[in-house]
Amino acid sequence: MNYETVVGLEIHSELSTVTKMYCGCATSFGSEPNIHCCPVCLAMPGALPVLNKTAVEFAIKAGLAMNCAITRSGKQDRKNYFYPDLPKAYQISQLDTPLCVGGYIDITVGDEVKRIRINRIHIEEDAGKLLHEAGGGTLVDFNRGGTPLIEIVTEPDIRSSEEARLFLESVKAILEYIEVSDCKMEQGSLRCDVNVSVRPAGQTEFGTRTEMKNVNSFRSAVRAIDFESKRQIEELEYGGTIVQETRKWNDDKGESYPMRGKEEAQDYRYFPDPDLVQIVVDDEMLERIKSSLPELPDARKARYVGDYGLTRYDAEQITNSRCLADFFEKAVSGGVSPKAVGNWIIGDISKILNEKSMEAGDIPFLPEQLAKLVTLIEEGVISNTAGKKVLDELFENPRDPELIVKEKGLVQISDEGALKAVVVQIIDANPQSVADYKAGKEKAVTFLVGQTMRATKGQGNPQMLNKLIKEELDSR
Amino acid sequence: MNYYDLTAHEIHDLLVGKEATSEEITKSVITRIDSVDDKVEAYLARTSEAAIEAAKRVDAKITRGERIGALEGVPMAFKDNLCTNGVKTTCSSRMLETFVPFYDAFVVKKVNEGGSPVLGKLNMDEFAMGSSTENSYFQKTRNPYDLQKVPGGSSGGSAAAVSAGSAVFTLGSDTGGSIRQPASFCGVVGMKPTYGLVSRFGCIAFASSLDQIGPLTKDVTDCANVLNTIVGHDPADSTSLNVSKVDYTKALVNDVKGLKIGVATDYLQDGVNDEVKAAVLAALDVFRSLGATVGEYTMKAAKYALPAYYIISGAEASSNLARFDGIRYGHRTESFDNLKELYENSRSEGFGDEVKRRIMVGTYALSSGYYDAYYKKAQKVRTVICNDFKEQFEKYDFIVTPTTMATAFTFGEKTGSPLEMYLNDLCTVSVNIAGLPGISIPCGFDGGGMPIGLQIIGRTLGEEMVLRAAYTFEQNTQFHKHRAIIGEKEGRSV
Repeated sequence: MNYETVVGLEIHSELSTVTKMYCGCATSFGSEPNIHCCPVCLAMPGALPVLNKTAVEFAIKAGLAMNCAITRSGKQDRKNYFYPDLPKAYQISQLDTPLCVGGYIDITVGDEVKRIRINRIHIEEDAGKLLHEAGGGTLVDFNRGGTPLIEIVTEPDIRSSEEARLFLESVKAILEYIEVSDCKMEQGSLRCDVNVSVRPAGQTEFGTRTEMKNVNSFRSAVRAIDFESKRQIEELEYGGTIVQETRKWNDDKGESYPMRGKEEAQDYRYFPDPDLVQIVVDDEMLERIKSSLPELPDARKARYVGDYGLTRYDAEQITNSRCLADFFEKAVSGGVSPKAVGNWIIGDISKILNEKSMEAGDIPFLPEQLAKLVTLIEEGVISNTAGKKVLDELFENPRDPELIVKEKGLVQISDEGALKAVVVQIIDANPQSVADYKAGKEKAVTFLVGQTMRATKGQGNPQMLNKLIKEELDSR
Repeated sequence: MNYYDLTAHEIHDLLVGKEATSEEITKSVITRIDSVDDKVEAYLARTSEAAIEAAKRVDAKITRGERIGALEGVPMAFKDNLCTNGVKTTCSSRMLETFVPFYDAFVVKKVNEGGSPVLGKLNMDEFAMGSSTENSYFQKTRNPYDLQKVPGGSSGGSAAAVSAGSAVFTLGSDTGGSIRQPASFCGVVGMKPTYGLVSRFGCIAFASSLDQIGPLTKDVTDCANVLNTIVGHDPADSTSLNVSKVDYTKALVNDVKGLKIGVATDYLQDGVNDEVKAAVLAALDVFRSLGATVGEYTMKAAKYALPAYYIISGAEASSNLARFDGIRYGHRTESFDNLKELYENSRSEGFGDEVKRRIMVGTYALSSGYYDAYYKKAQKVRTVICNDFKEQFEKYDFIVTPTTMATAFTFGEKTGSPLEMYLNDLCTVSVNIAGLPGISIPCGFDGGGMPIGLQIIGRTLGEEMVLRAAYTFEQNTQFHKHRAIIGEKEGRSV
């Protein structure tokens, strides 16, 4: 039987506010433990929370960017449970009045645009971190405790791990564009819970779902969904049933397992936090936030397709990172071919970034220098191959590409007379190739181009060499 | 006349007139504590040296010819749920037996800025839960009027200290009557301001939506002066009201002519002690004789107020007290093998019975499946009570009830029955539920010489009307001038 996988996501993203959600302590990563703490975020007796207005604005910004309606009068609720990383023994969250409701994000799957609906976005605070010591014992670091988070909850509209990955990338891109989160998964600023169910293809009602926690990267999300849908299908195929449960994803083992009954069966005893007042979003505030929204990835994508003639796929590759897109726009602003710049960015630059585990923001050279590189190739001053050498050099020791070309002797030889002499010399030395060509073997040309390139130390203009070799062969 | 018997405004006059120094007055009160506190046991911690130093600073200021504030140089003390930087703050709980805050409560800061020498910290029911101060982990505070009787609670230490002359004024907290009821039992003035008027920052929370800090004083004038000192917007408390500053002493006007008084008859029928009833009716006659009119009404949902109060306050307490988990501060058990045992044993050992009872009731009320039947329904009762008060205040300028249905009871009399203990809050809880200002002032004594309290309730932010009514009553009666004679009735040991 064919099965369809149904996925819903709950994405937690730390907001990049300067201070924590309910106190004046700095939000930080990697500081010495328990440095950014105060009576409020340590839940000392008598301390009271005061809501960070910027966190509310950031959440509303995210909601607007994801096409949500904004709740004009909301409350905050206490989610009660004991754990050493939660000093108040309750997390302040939002139960039934999330700040943002009912939005969507469009993703491109193959050639089709697919709409993933968003159920809600609410604000809550992060917990501290437990450090289990090798010799037993556990330490708590409260630096992260009280960092503002948004939780984005989707409708069950995602149908594959690939769609989930595309959606997560879109969410990350939007949050980066609107500058409310740095979305650094490795620092835990973007995490998600994954809900998965399967159903026979064509069936309209949903199957029983399971929820997976501890999914901490896009790659883990993809693997966790694939693992869980496979597990559920196998279970059903062997006549079993799916139990609604919470499972924990183990990324090292690449599998999930059910959390113990107690971990799961929590009664959080939510109730409105009496220490806090209503969050009121007035017209003025909403308008101000609306007008502060930058151009979003979708709009940019459309512009790149329309104005620059990029394919939708290429445009998406670039616009998925605001840094990359900004870099692209600066590079093409001088008038070089957007298509060529785009190819460099999606191709070699992305490849090098990947190899070096760098982010788009870490590109060490200037967009203008990439534009110069493209111009040098377009004008035939250097070959494409030489261009790659220049790019490597730009990553190593960024400077004017023209200078690099001179220093490294990468200038392309386009002098027809000089190239002709080399061609004649090489053909003379390879009578077998001439015979092959005459016998109809076109591959002989490729071989001869290679030989002439070697003779010119890679500086011969390949198009011209190709043309000259064919002319010379035909004339013999 | 001993200095320790004086009111704050009388002391202020002596200081300004250079008839006494703050040091002399502060030492007089310290000596008083030395001589009576082994009987009254109001104090948990004393900071006499710091108080004398503070007094000397005020005296120096006076010598330099500088002006002093109304409470400057007037020695006072705090209920032990108000955080004091560097001084143990226990909430009368084993859980916080060794807890020393590294920050001051907002009101502590205000009092310090106001220049009052601070004498120490006062006993209370554990985590402010109780009506007799018998729930303190550390000691029993006795009623200065009769050492065999309770001082009321939960601010029993704060009321007893003022009544005994062991502090000129004190601060307490009132969640369901915890300032007014002990004030009534101990024959002093106690006021719970409008919810949000005084910042709760640094007051160890019992029930966040009901807690309010207020003064316990020897008369209404002192009450107004203390309010002037502790009222003010605090950005660190989200529920702190941002209203323009009022000089409450301007409300001390001896005139109620033409004012309309509402009497909630619910508290003058079944269950009220005859002598209490007579005293309240006599008080109403005083108001009538001064030109006020009196109308009677019955409260809507009167019988639901107490259950709603115990559900809401329990629910909030169950969550507020969850932070006492033995992890970061407070009592940690010595016997545990895992996290669950660490939590369970620390909390079992650290909390007393009444605190556990409230946590359990509150946890139950918030549990899935019971939330609607209890917490949500209690919130509905809350709305009904608020609206009822609003309606009454369209007709009346202030409302009068007895503060309690009876005068102070003897030790152990009600500890066997939590419900009977809870009934002590009958007349006072509605005021917290609606967030209104309420005061208790002395209005008589029963046959055994125990004080009777009159409660005056005002509309939201109606502190001035409440003070005016209380002041007028005081100016036309003598009850507030009475002082307890400690040991007059020798208590059997309890």
